[in-house]
Parts: sequence; C-alpha cells; structure tokens
Amino acid sequence: MAEVRFQSVRKTFGKVAAVDDVDLEIADGEFVVLLGPSGCGKTTLLRCLAGLEKVDGGKVEIGGRNATDLPPRRRRIAMVFQSYAVFPHMKVYDNVAFGLKMQRESKATIKERVGSAASLLHIEDYLDRYPSQLSGGQRQRVAVARAIATKADVLLMDEPLSNLDALLRMEMRAELKALLQKLDATTIYVTHDQVEALSMGDRIAVMNSGRIVQVDNPLAVYDQPADIFVGGFIGTPPMNFVAAQVIANGAAPTAQLSGGTLPLGEDARPLAGKDVVLGIRAESINVQTTPGDGMIRASVVVVEPLGSHNLLTVRTGDDMLKVSTPPNLFPAPESDVWLQIAPERIRWMDAVTGAAVSDASEVTPSRVDVLTRAPDTGAAPAPS
Amino acid sequence: MRTAAIGTVKYAFAILLALWVIVPIYFITLAAFSTEEAVYAYPKQLVPRDMSTDTMRFFLDSEGVVPSLQRSILVALLTLVIALGLGVPAGYALARFAFRGADTFRLGIVATRAFPIVILSIPLAVIFLRWGIDDTVYGVAIAHAALALPFAVLVTSSVFAGISVELEEAAMTLGCNRFSAIVRIVLPLALPGLAAAAIFVFIISWNEVFAAAILTLEERTLPAQILTLLNASPLPFKFAGGFFLLAPSLLVILVIRKYLFNMWGRVVK
Repeated sequence: MAEVRFQSVRKTFGKVAAVDDVDLEIADGEFVVLLGPSGCGKTTLLRCLAGLEKVDGGKVEIGGRNATDLPPRRRRIAMVFQSYAVFPHMKVYDNVAFGLKMQRESKATIKERVGSAASLLHIEDYLDRYPSQLSGGQRQRVAVARAIATKADVLLMDEPLSNLDALLRMEMRAELKALLQKLDATTIYVTHDQVEALSMGDRIAVMNSGRIVQVDNPLAVYDQPADIFVGGFIGTPPMNFVAAQVIANGAAPTAQLSGGTLPLGEDARPLAGKDVVLGIRAESINVQTTPGDGMIRASVVVVEPLGSHNLLTVRTGDDMLKVSTPPNLFPAPESDVWLQIAPERIRWMDAVTGAAVSDASEVTPSRVDVLTRAPDTGAAPAPS
Repeated sequence: MRTAAIGTVKYAFAILLALWVIVPIYFITLAAFSTEEAVYAYPKQLVPRDMSTDTMRFFLDSEGVVPSLQRSILVALLTLVIALGLGVPAGYALARFAFRGADTFRLGIVATRAFPIVILSIPLAVIFLRWGIDDTVYGVAIAHAALALPFAVLVTSSVFAGISVELEEAAMTLGCNRFSAIVRIVLPLALPGLAAAAIFVFIISWNEVFAAAILTLEERTLPAQILTLLNASPLPFKFAGGFFLLAPSLLVILVIRKYLFNMWGRVVK
C-alpha cells in the first residue's frame, strides 16, 4: 500500500513533450483513472511511474520514497499491459508465479498466493495450460492474476480491457472494479474510454496534450468540466457548447444566444457584457412542445430513438444542440420545440481560453492557464 | 479458364526449376551410394539398384579426408561461436533500441557482403601471415565469421523483433533486470530462431571454399581439400565429396526456411 506523487514530471520524445509538467497526487488505496484521447500522454505517464520510461524532469514518489531513478523491479509496482504480455512459453501457473519466484518466496507461499490470485480471477481450471490454449478474455485474467499475486504497493493498468469485445469488456469492467475494491490497492488505470473512466474510478485525471486538465471525482468531471475540452471529451453525447453574451441591465441577468434569450441566475450578474460559452449537457435540457416563459424555440433536425431515451438534434439560431428526451417524446422532424434549461445546470466557459469560470472576475481577455483554475466544487485540480 | 492456364504455366515453371536443382542432387546422392562399377557405368542407372557404401568408404579412406573433415567441423564451430557471440547482441540491439545511426549500421552490415571474398582474401592472407595465423583453423574461422556475421545479425534481429517488448517490460515490472528479463523471457522464446541462425552460420563455414583454400596450405578444410584434389581424383571420390558437402546444407535449408522469410521482412509473431 502506498501513495503516489508526480512532481512536475516531464517526458519528451524528440521535440514532442509527451508528458508536460504533470503534478498529481494519488492517495493510498485510491483508484485513479488517467483518461484522455490517444496520444495525450496518459500511457507515457503510467510508464514513467512504472520505471519503463526515464523522466526528463521532475520527481516520481511511491510510498514516500523517491522512485525517480529506480528500475521497475525496485518500485514495488505491478502492471497489466494492453497486450496482456502473458509469457507464452510458461504455463498459466508459472506466469502467475513469476513475480513471486523473482522475489524468492518459498514454494509454499508461491503455491498459496498463486492459488488465491487464480481463484479471485476464476482461472483455477487453466493453471496447467499454456497461454496459447486460452481465449483473449482468459489471458486477460491471467495478466491481472499475475499482477495482483505479487501484492505490489501500486497496481498499474494500461488499457487492460481495450482488446476485449464489447460485451466481455462490460462484464470484466464490473468484475475488475469489484476485485480492486476488495484488494484495496492503490490503482492507476489508463483508458481512452470515458465510460470506463466514469464507471470505475474514485477520481479521474483527464489529460490532453501531455497535461492534466482536470482531476476530480467522476460526477464532478462530468457535471463541472474544467474546460471545453473535458466537456467535449466526456459524455455521450458530448456537452453542448453555445456562444452567448450575458446581459444584465437592472433586470435579472440573461444570456443572449443566437436563437433566443435564456434566463440566468443572479450569480451571473458580474458577467454582464462579457462573451462566454455556455456548456450544457444533453440531459440538462428540458424539451417542451408548447412555448413557455424563459424557453428557447428550436426546430427538430433529427430524432434518434435509443430505447432508454431519445436523442434529438435541434437547431436554435446558428447553434445545433443535442438533447435527450424521455422515450415517449417523439417530435416530428422540422417541428418546433421549446427548450427549458435550468440556470444552475449551465457551465460558463471563458470564450477566449475555453476554461470554465465559476466567478465573473475570472473572465479575462488575457491568457489564463487552464491548470490553475479550480472548478467551483472546490475539488482541487492538479496541485502546482 | 485464363487463371487456370496461368496457374498451370506457373506450376510447370516451378516444377522445371525444382527439377533443375533436384536432378543433379539426386544423381550425386545415387552415385555416392553405389558401387564403383555403377559410378563408371553408362548409361547411368536411374533408380537405386545395388546400393553400397564402397564409394563413401573409398572417399573417407583417402589421404587427408578425415583430418580435413575434423578441421572443417572445428572451423565451423569456431565460426559459430564468434559470429553468434557478436551477432546475437548486435541483433538484439538492432531490434530493441532506436540508436543514432541504426539504419546506417544495418546498411553497413549488408554492405560488408559487397566486397567479395575473392578480393578480400589476398590482403587477408597478407595480414594473417603477419599475425602468424595463416594456415590455421583460427585464421579460417575468423574469415568465415566475417562472412557469416551479417547473416547472424540480420537473422537474430528479426527473431528478436518478433518477440514483443511488452513481455520484457512485464518481466522487468515483476522483478527482473534487463539482463535476467532477456535470459528468462527473450532467450527461451528466441531459441528456435537462434538455433536456425546457428545452423545457418555453421553451413556458411562448412561450404566455404575460397577463403579456406587461399588461407591454408596444410591445414585444409574439407571443401578446400576436395577442391585441391578434384582434378586428380577418380569419379567416386568426386561424387562422395560432393554429397558430403551438399547434404548438411539441404537439411539446414529445410529447418530454417521460416526464419529466412522472416529476414526478408515478413516478421511473424
């Protein structure tokens, strides 16, 4: 068991900064997901932690020890690779036992630990087989069993489910989460799949071009994205972004959209006269078939029934919005609907920087570092 | 219809090519295992009738054949040790590390084969004379190692390239250092390929005649010995000697085909 700390970690490949000045603290026993599009540096960051990449700057601490220059075998970590990396010339038993043998555990200990790891992952029946005789899902289980058998302080997982088919992935996701809760190990899990991230992690660290953009619990990342990138990356469909101007001459503040006027809360008053981008989740928009106070008129472009709900694409003014509605609401294409949006469900973004603003004083035409801006939940982004 | 016709032509051509290679080998083998009379007989027998080891025995009993056979084996083994000792680490480095000049290095390896041994052997002979390793198995082994090294490097690098880096990294996270990861994970997986490379190197040395003939006088290897005696020897000797040089190469090609294909870029896991 150990906590993990990245301090201004940098890793460059040629001229490209794969990991650019990353600060991140992970508590003992915490499950943190590194989430981002491919090429954002999440796997590189994980490999820096594993010791498989040498960092070009900064410090990596594991369990309070400076691990920056330690080789992988001295870091007390275990890793599950995307390709599983199960040793093909060893039987499943020897694969799972490999780490323990390297640690020179006694035969009895090895047998007992392999047995318990195998039973946790339900591979007891395959211990005598070679990996080539196993399916992809079973090899995946062997890889996880091998990693947990050593009882390492920190468990690293690099897109462990991405090679499984959709159904198996969903099954494994739940099983893996249950398993990791039981183990109570510090876990760092890399994925590009936002559903995986939202469903599994205690916290999610969203990365983009080598930097950590937001670190928060899954709900906060979903509801209060730190910037336009996070809002657009997380959620299906992604968050809607609408350019607006805030007007507050005496009366209650409103947002002037290209397709109408939206009432805002009193807290938006300091934004008066400023250009902002409104971030609105599809399910935060309430669709009415009759006009009402503070609603915006929109015309339906497409209706996509998805069973549990319908996904509407609507146009209001110059803006296209994705809206989810109850499955019984079936407006005809090109008919008019009215959108009702609760002011507290709207995320304001700086039109210049793309960063979320919780306080009007933060809106500036000047460049503001996205990293230093804390979301209004008070949950800290990367400490700097 | 057309594709069928093309297929037929293709097969006919392939059969022709194969016969071109197989027929002489067949006759050499036949002659090597028949009686002396049969070797001289005309027309030649087409199917093995009275098989005998007379010809082979005559060859092996000939003056200098057995010692040169022993030398050939010794030279081939020395070549194996030198070429793989240098070639395996080089192949691993080429497969695993993106170092400055890797491509130039790769090209340089192939380029060494651009200088035919015919040209190199005279200066080599001079150098070996100065060093006092002329007319020794060591001198021949060094020359053979130089010939075999490019193949050793390229074949082993393709073998290593076919082994996922993640396996090594997994071993390293599980308690290995780089060296023990290689010993415990990479080498066992590379073993069939390395064995193939070893046999290939052995055969390169076994069959090499020119450098061996130039660099030695007394301490001849088998091919050099046969080459020297060829004009002065009777037919059975020639057939038996030919078979002796031929057989190992044939066996080897059967075994290592797969890895030679790898070498030309078809890397399979």
